[in-house]
Amino acid sequence: MPHDHHDHLSPSGHPYRPDDDHPLTYWQQMEIAIRELLIEKGVTTAAEINAQIDAMDSRSPANGAAVVARAWTDPAFRDALLADASVASRDMGFDIGPMKLIAVENTADVHNVIVCTLCSCYPRNLLGLPPDWYKSRAYRSRTVKEPRKVLAEFGVNLPDTTTVRVHDSTADMRYIVIPARPAGTDDWSPDALARLVTRDSMIGTGIAKAPESV
Amino acid sequence: MAKQEFIRVRRDMPPGHVRTPAYLRGKTGWIERTLGPFPNPEQLAYGHQAQSLPLMRVRFTMAEVWGADAPYPDDTIDAEIYAHWLEPAEPPNAP
Amino acid sequence: MTQDAQSFDGRRWHDMGGNAAGPVPTDQHDFSLWEKRVDALMIISSAKGHFTVDGLRRVLEDMAPEAFETMTYYERWIASVNQNLIEAGVYTTAELAHRMSEVAARGATYGEASNG
Repeated sequence: MPHDHHDHLSPSGHPYRPDDDHPLTYWQQMEIAIRELLIEKGVTTAAEINAQIDAMDSRSPANGAAVVARAWTDPAFRDALLADASVASRDMGFDIGPMKLIAVENTADVHNVIVCTLCSCYPRNLLGLPPDWYKSRAYRSRTVKEPRKVLAEFGVNLPDTTTVRVHDSTADMRYIVIPARPAGTDDWSPDALARLVTRDSMIGTGIAKAPESV
Repeated sequence: MAKQEFIRVRRDMPPGHVRTPAYLRGKTGWIERTLGPFPNPEQLAYGHQAQSLPLMRVRFTMAEVWGADAPYPDDTIDAEIYAHWLEPAEPPNAP
Repeated sequence: MTQDAQSFDGRRWHDMGGNAAGPVPTDQHDFSLWEKRVDALMIISSAKGHFTVDGLRRVLEDMAPEAFETMTYYERWIASVNQNLIEAGVYTTAELAHRMSEVAARGATYGEASNG
């Protein structure tokens, strides 16, 4: 089969962004120039930039899934997470930097969903960089006015008896949703439970996977 | 439900960097929790020393923000609003 | 007075909560190296006190509304990082200008121009 790297998908199944082998853009020229100037002036080093990229690459929804699974299985940790999610996440060993995190819990009666209408604030230091749709005009515009319609587009259809709480991430705090624990998982380990926790379930545009799905 | 302290978001529409969304200006909600203090982003944005301000998580009903004909009037929006954008208010449905 | 001036209430394009919009797009891409570098330069520059995330946002918000559609996320970011660093006096416009021209002369692709 001919090797055509333009058709390659990343491990996550998404197309790679055009990069090294595409014509240099004005903005890429600028990034290279700024990076070199910052290194020459002693603001940073190439190693520090690489380390920062590695640190961001190491963050993923799996970190949040581990936090959620522990909250499902350890009532004291759940209470600590709801009291101060930054401290609780750090206590689990996650390097979330200076991020200030609030956890909001879904229950039988309440469904939480996170948005940032002014930009695209996201708990990146725990979950990694946000999905593209989170930064889209449609998500940022509509979620505060018609959250149930937005959620329905993600396949989440809530009964009228559920209260929807939208959290607009306008300032210093970042948010993670603790999705409801799926039924039929009473004897599951935290590691097994974590496999049910999707990225979208921690934004509120999804729910945890059903136990039979994994 | 106990909705203790009602506050209204100022209606101001200044230019420049502010973190109070326009759709909440003039709307009345109640304090879900108090955070901070945090440095004022309106000063940080321009590289100035910033005053420390309390930051309130304010909860609004969909009915208050979008009108009584909002399809789910009791659904809520929470947002973080700096103290200088808030002023005391009566409950939105007070007689 | 123009019609736009009569209807303008001070609200700007980035402040979009509650606006009507189409379906939420489902397209997703993985970040390229240059985008990750932009992200890292922002985090490092702000951690070292040269500007703040609010400075980043201020310049993004001051862009013309079309920038949201015509530039990618990290293109807008590098433009804002640059303006903040110049405002902070970390380097001059002339230094940037000369270096960008040097970079462009190195080759036609990002890989060639960035010296790896």
